[in-house]
Amino acid sequence: MLKTFSLGGIHPAENKLSASSAIQVLPIPETVSIPISQHIGAPATPIVKKNDEVKVGQLIAKSSGFVSANIHSSVSGTVFKVDEIMDASGFRRTSIIIKVNGDEWMETIDRSADLVKEISASKEEIVKKIAEAGIVGLGGATFPAHVKLSVPPGKTAEVLIINAVECEPYLTSDHRVMLEKGDEVLVGTQILMKALGVNKAIIGIENNKPDAIAHLTSLAANYQGVEICPLKTQYPQGGEKQLISAIIKREIPSGTLPIEVGAVVQNVGTALAVYEAIQKNKPLFERVATITGKSLKNPSNWKFRIGTPIKDLIDAAGGLPEDTGKIVGGGPMMGKALTTVDVPLTKGSSGLLLLPREEAIRKESKPCIRCGKCISVCPMGLEPFLLMVLADKKEYDRLESDAVMDCIECGSCSFTCPANRPLLDYIRLGKGKVGQIMRSRK
Amino acid sequence: MSIIVITILALCAIGVTAAIILFFVAQKFKVYEDPRIDEVEEALPAANCGGCGYPGCRAFAEALVKADDISKMNCPVGGVSVMSHVGSILGHEIKAAEPTVAVVRCNGTCENRPKTNQYDGAASCTIAASLYSGETGCQYGCLGLGECVDACNFDAMYMDKETGLPVIIEDKCVSCGACVKACPNNIIELRKKGPKSRRIFVSCVNKDKGGVAKKACGVACIGCGKCVKECPFDAITLVNNLAYIDYNKCKLCRKCVIVCPTKAIHELNFPPRKEKPTDKPTAKTVKPVAAPKTEAKTEEAAKVEPTANNETTENK
Repeated sequence: MLKTFSLGGIHPAENKLSASSAIQVLPIPETVSIPISQHIGAPATPIVKKNDEVKVGQLIAKSSGFVSANIHSSVSGTVFKVDEIMDASGFRRTSIIIKVNGDEWMETIDRSADLVKEISASKEEIVKKIAEAGIVGLGGATFPAHVKLSVPPGKTAEVLIINAVECEPYLTSDHRVMLEKGDEVLVGTQILMKALGVNKAIIGIENNKPDAIAHLTSLAANYQGVEICPLKTQYPQGGEKQLISAIIKREIPSGTLPIEVGAVVQNVGTALAVYEAIQKNKPLFERVATITGKSLKNPSNWKFRIGTPIKDLIDAAGGLPEDTGKIVGGGPMMGKALTTVDVPLTKGSSGLLLLPREEAIRKESKPCIRCGKCISVCPMGLEPFLLMVLADKKEYDRLESDAVMDCIECGSCSFTCPANRPLLDYIRLGKGKVGQIMRSRK
Repeated sequence: MSIIVITILALCAIGVTAAIILFFVAQKFKVYEDPRIDEVEEALPAANCGGCGYPGCRAFAEALVKADDISKMNCPVGGVSVMSHVGSILGHEIKAAEPTVAVVRCNGTCENRPKTNQYDGAASCTIAASLYSGETGCQYGCLGLGECVDACNFDAMYMDKETGLPVIIEDKCVSCGACVKACPNNIIELRKKGPKSRRIFVSCVNKDKGGVAKKACGVACIGCGKCVKECPFDAITLVNNLAYIDYNKCKLCRKCVIVCPTKAIHELNFPPRKEKPTDKPTAKTVKPVAAPKTEAKTEEAAKVEPTANNETTENK
């Protein structure tokens, strides 16, 4: 019996169309626009101005707090302007727009492809360097990585869990990274282990990626303390709490962080970025994303420079299909529909999904038939149908006591609802309001 | 037979004892309540709309009785007549508060503001606003899902199917502010009703730079500042590329309406300008309004047909 999390879960059609397509390098665009807020927390503060010359990897916006992240230029060229441009959700946010000229990297970056296994940096140096490199969780939540690595006093980390689950249907970027950059990921894992002072790391991979499991298992023999754990294919296995429950069978108490049970979870893409930052001195300015869709000509995986317009990625994969109904940033379960293709790819862009029209449009919502399916699939043991009604009726006290804040917004309830009720829409609304109330109480 | 008599007597005894105990307990734990609260509550309209800022009429009555100065407290439903009645009960002098009315500050109709995408999530403005900027290029404007209409307790609003915008029925609006609170984009504002319901306001809340705003919506305020220069009464301020007319300073001269290049400034319930003479003669003599400029026009205004509303208080 393969391991999986204890409660709920669903198994949507996997549709991993681009799994066999090797990572390609997306050409550098003519201009990039790099938003100053690509992470959870305070937006970074721009330190360049119009007409400044920048190089690849140069710091262009400084972290403005503990929970914030540095932002580096992904191209070399001239800063065209620092202005507000539309982001993926249609709001205008400050971005640094750079006109590309050549591809001149910072001298400090080691551009050779040699694998550096020896970890010379000390524990403190690693955390400091990760913060400097602007590394955020690359699974999609974009939580600054150095914050997770700074274990609060009184708590001890016992085990590092590397999230290589990629439970979202369609997405394959992590899968390809494991196959093509296996050694780098494992060195990155060891660096993270050193930073946390733990001697055990477990990489969780769902069994729908048997080649990645086999590849990493054979490599891991050379890396002390790193273990590969195959998992049953079940959504949302990649949720932090679900992954911990699946691998080490510990439940995180409501309202606390994984460190409470001695675990720290990092994404496999983050492990690669950490390897590059520590061993190659390369800050986070490029990453791998999947572009996929049933009508797309060429579903594939691309390494892109942050700030590249989404349009370029679509063109590289064969252009926008005629019948596109929705362009989703991220996977189909937790991704967000985009309003325009003129927005840049960011640190958090793990994939782009082009849904055909008939799949994209939501079906009409009908009254709740009280079948209880949403309760049975909720991985957090909540009652989504009830939370929806409470959010609609503005019963925030009850929402709070019914643990709405535990919702991980995986969307399993909305996916499974036979009446097509927009459960998550309302729960997210309730979560936002309850969060506000809780913060104001402090 | 005797069993019945004994039973009756025993019950009577228990009843009397219990009554005596209850009498003393009631005396001991008596809660004094100001009789004026009931009286004031009786005077209030019992709409329980919350427009006064209190949870219902009873709570407002309690607050009124407790307060030393009730000049700042107002029942929007009842208006001056109810408040002066309340004042007479409590022995306060009531100054007539200027009546206000809700105003929708967005004119982004389907024509003026073309749609750039389609929303198919839950039909709630708050949810749409929390997800993204809306179906058009304007991130500030009306989302058109009608949460304000749902919030209105007085049937004073409806969604215009053609424009996709909410419309306020002035006669029914009691200015309780429920729609103002419901709107996540803060489009609706309570403004002074003005003499004869005549109002001038900037029907836009877009804070983007002129070019961006204009591209998204043909009738957006582009922050050009022409109205600010034109206004003889310093009533218009320009903050974040958006003009705002202070209704306390505005004398309804309508100069700003003429100069606005995007027609973002709206006039409501004014008679047509001189170019369009009215054909019906005056039925009732209308007293001139505050601004002397409009005097001549007002005189000839017979039945004022406002552009945005079919019903007005005009000739009642």
